[in-house]
Order: sequence, then structure tokens, then C-alpha cells
Amino acid sequence: MSLGRATVTILAKELRTEFRSRELLGTTVVFVLIVIVLFSFTFNPTSSESRRFGPGLLWLAFLFAGSLMLQPSFLREQANDTLAALRLAPIDPFSILAGKMAANFLFLLLVELILLPVFAVLYNIAIFPILAPLVLVLALGTIGLATTGTVFSAVAAQARLRELLLPLLLLPVLAPVLIASTEATVGLLRDPSELSLVWLTFLVSFDVVFLTAAWLFGEYLLEE
Amino acid sequence: MATPQSSSSNDGPQSLNSNPNHGRGSGLTIGYSGIEKRYGMRMALRGVSLEIGAGECVALVGHNGCGKTTLLKITALLARPSKGQLTFSAGTSALAADDIKRRIGMVAHNTLLYDELTAEENLVFFGKLFNLPDPAARAREALEPVGLLRRSGDMVRTFSRGMRQRLAIARALLASPQLLLFDEPAAGLDPEGQQWLGATLAKLHAQGCTIVMSTHGRNETQASVTRAVRLEGGEITHDSGPRGDPHSVLALAAVRETAEGDAR
Repeated sequence: MSLGRATVTILAKELRTEFRSRELLGTTVVFVLIVIVLFSFTFNPTSSESRRFGPGLLWLAFLFAGSLMLQPSFLREQANDTLAALRLAPIDPFSILAGKMAANFLFLLLVELILLPVFAVLYNIAIFPILAPLVLVLALGTIGLATTGTVFSAVAAQARLRELLLPLLLLPVLAPVLIASTEATVGLLRDPSELSLVWLTFLVSFDVVFLTAAWLFGEYLLEE
Repeated sequence: MATPQSSSSNDGPQSLNSNPNHGRGSGLTIGYSGIEKRYGMRMALRGVSLEIGAGECVALVGHNGCGKTTLLKITALLARPSKGQLTFSAGTSALAADDIKRRIGMVAHNTLLYDELTAEENLVFFGKLFNLPDPAARAREALEPVGLLRRSGDMVRTFSRGMRQRLAIARALLASPQLLLFDEPAAGLDPEGQQWLGATLAKLHAQGCTIVMSTHGRNETQASVTRAVRLEGGEITHDSGPRGDPHSVLALAAVRETAEGDAR
């Protein structure tokens, strides 16, 4: 079976199980909404204040969303050892990672798109004029979150202190992608708005490097 | 590092339907040469060398932790041996790694099924991964002999242990494998289920499928066994051989298990 078809089959299974159980999406959306609302009370959300603090808070909320959503990605496969069933299939091992990365990317992007209008209203920021470049930055940053998160979720799922291990492994690796995403968002919210090609190139490079590493070492990441 | 090589209805469970793909040619031949497996400081397997011929039904016996499951995982390509070589052959045809996987079906300790999917969705999903031509039709075909066709739309989480085990067996047989690996297949089955499993194994064995299973105690699944291999501390201590009497080794294992149970 081709890599693409196997990836799509696994992605479809991930979407079906999540939308059926609604384990992650519901709790994550509520959690990040609470974070955004609570922060909005801590300072006077004038436009200039929001431009200074907004991007950092936004990506902090996305990081919380990622920490909640990425952990169960491979933990769920442990209940009945279904990861072994996937590995028994005659498919490229990277398709298992790719299917889960795609699912995590879509789940995170959905949470972000739900959060964005709330953020715009509470923090008094006009996002419509910069919507297209903002979605591009969100997408690139989220690919970085989903790719590294899925890879480390696979590694941590086989360890004894797995709940503790994932944040320990993930946060240092995610620091560059979070800094780049925040800086790119700061540029977009500035007056006049500017899409920083430097940070955009950094995000693309990060995503390409981690996707390539996952493709090269996918088989070893999934082994016992 | 050793790598696999190719040398060349509420209707209750019924006996396995004749699948036109089963018995198409003989089962796989497996060769283990000096297989060792180390988990950190612990040696799970110590120099296991064994030739299992096409169409043999081999029972791996021994107490818990003797290396049966590790040997099955290595055979299923789920774990790499730390040392040694594993070879597969099917007649004279050469097999690529994916071809080997395509010909293996496994029933493990866990069910390898998704609780959040229905019985049919599970089988269709795995059918797609095995690139079967019509996964939905094949899933229904596989559900019928295990007596779960009428429950095909129910979530696996609503199934009893025995029903899950039958569905796990249907999943393993989905792609008409030439090598079947069973890790204590009778676990969780009631006497009727064990009887059905015994009949299923006999049918698969008659169709030429190579079967390797780990087993405990005496049960219906051992009726088809043609060879018994006893493992102790990761080493083979008894092997009845392809033409020997497996029941002496099975009886010895049962006696030892009883004695160990009494000692505890």
C-alpha cells in the first residue's frame, strides 16, 4: 500500500475515533478558552497593549492545547496494543506517524480557529485585514507543534514515566518554533502589519527538518 | 543486527468457512538461527535455533517469562533480535519484507482492536491497511464464521472478553495469512469458544497454514499440534521435532506447570 493511502486511512481512523469519543477536542477548547479569558482580565486590553502581549498569550494558549492533545496520540494505542496491529500491517512505518501528525495538525488548527475570534474580540484586535498571513503563520507553527509532538509522544508512550516525560522532552524542542511563531505574529499585529520572511523561513525549515527526521527514523521510533 | 530475509448473527461461532485464498500453496517456512534478545540487562532469548517447516503446527510451551511471547514478536517482525538471524521462505519464491508481513496473521495477548470502532469498522480498517480488494465485503466474510455478523455494527467496547477474542481471530485471518502466530489463543474463551478455536486451528492446519502458538495447560487448541517446543530461561530445552510425538513435551510442560503452581 502506498504511503499516501496508508496515511489517509490512518488519518480517517483517528478523526473517526476522536469525533466519536470527543475526548480531546471538547476539554482542550474549554481549557484554552478559560486561559484566554483569564488573561484578558489581567490587563487593560487596549489595541496597543494587546499588540505587545497578545501574540505571546495566543501561542502560550496553543502550547497548552498542544500539551493536552498530543500526549494521548500514542497512549491511546497502548490500551489494546493497537500500535502492534498497525506495525503488523504491510505499510511504511512513517505512514503511522504521518497519519497521526495530520490528525493532530487538524485538531490543533480547529482549536486555534475556534479560539481566534474570541481572542480578537477580547483583546480588541482586528484580525480580518491580516487573516490570510495569520492563518499561514498558524498553519506553519502548528505543523511544527504537531510534528514534534507526535514524534515525542511516540517516544514517551513506551517509557515508564510517560506523562512526565513528554513535556520534559517536548518543551525545549518546541522553544524555537514557539519563538518564531510568536515573532511572526508580533510582526502581523504591528502597525503597519508586516509578514517577517526571516521567521517564516525559520518555521518552514523547522517543519521540513522534523518531518524528514520522522520519515528517516520512523521505524525505530515505533519499535519497542 | 538481524533482519528478516527471504530465502527463496447471534448465530454463534461456526467452523471456519472455506476461504479460497487459504491453502493457496503451502504455509511459510521459518528459520531461527542463534536468536538472542536482550531487554536492558535481561536476556529474554538465548541462542534459539529452530527450523519450522511449512504447514507445521507448533506449540511453544514453558512457564511465564520463558521467552515464548518474545519469540512470537520477533517472528511477527514486531521486535528485532539482538543477535542471530531470522529467515522466511514460501516455496521457492523470494519475499520482500512487506510480502512477509502480508502473509502473517497474529493473535496477541491484547486484542489489537480499537474499542471506539465497531467490529466491522475495525476489520475494514485493517483490510484497507492490508490493501484487500473489497475490505467491506471481506470484513463481513470474516465476521460470519466467528459468529459476530449480527453484532458487526456494535462498538468493540461493548463486547465480552470471549467476543473480543473471536474478533481478534477474525482480524488475524482477514488477509488469509500463510503463517499464523497465536499468543495463548484460548485465553478468555469459554469451553465452547475453545472448542470452536480448536476446530478453526484444525481447518487452517489442514489448509496448509503454518501455525506457531504459545500455550498454557491443556486445552482444545492443542489437538492440532504436530510439534511442541519447550522454552526455559530463553533457551529451548525440549523439541519433539517435526516427526516426533508432541504430546510427551506438552504433558511434561503441563506436569511442570502444575508442580510450579502447587509450589507457589
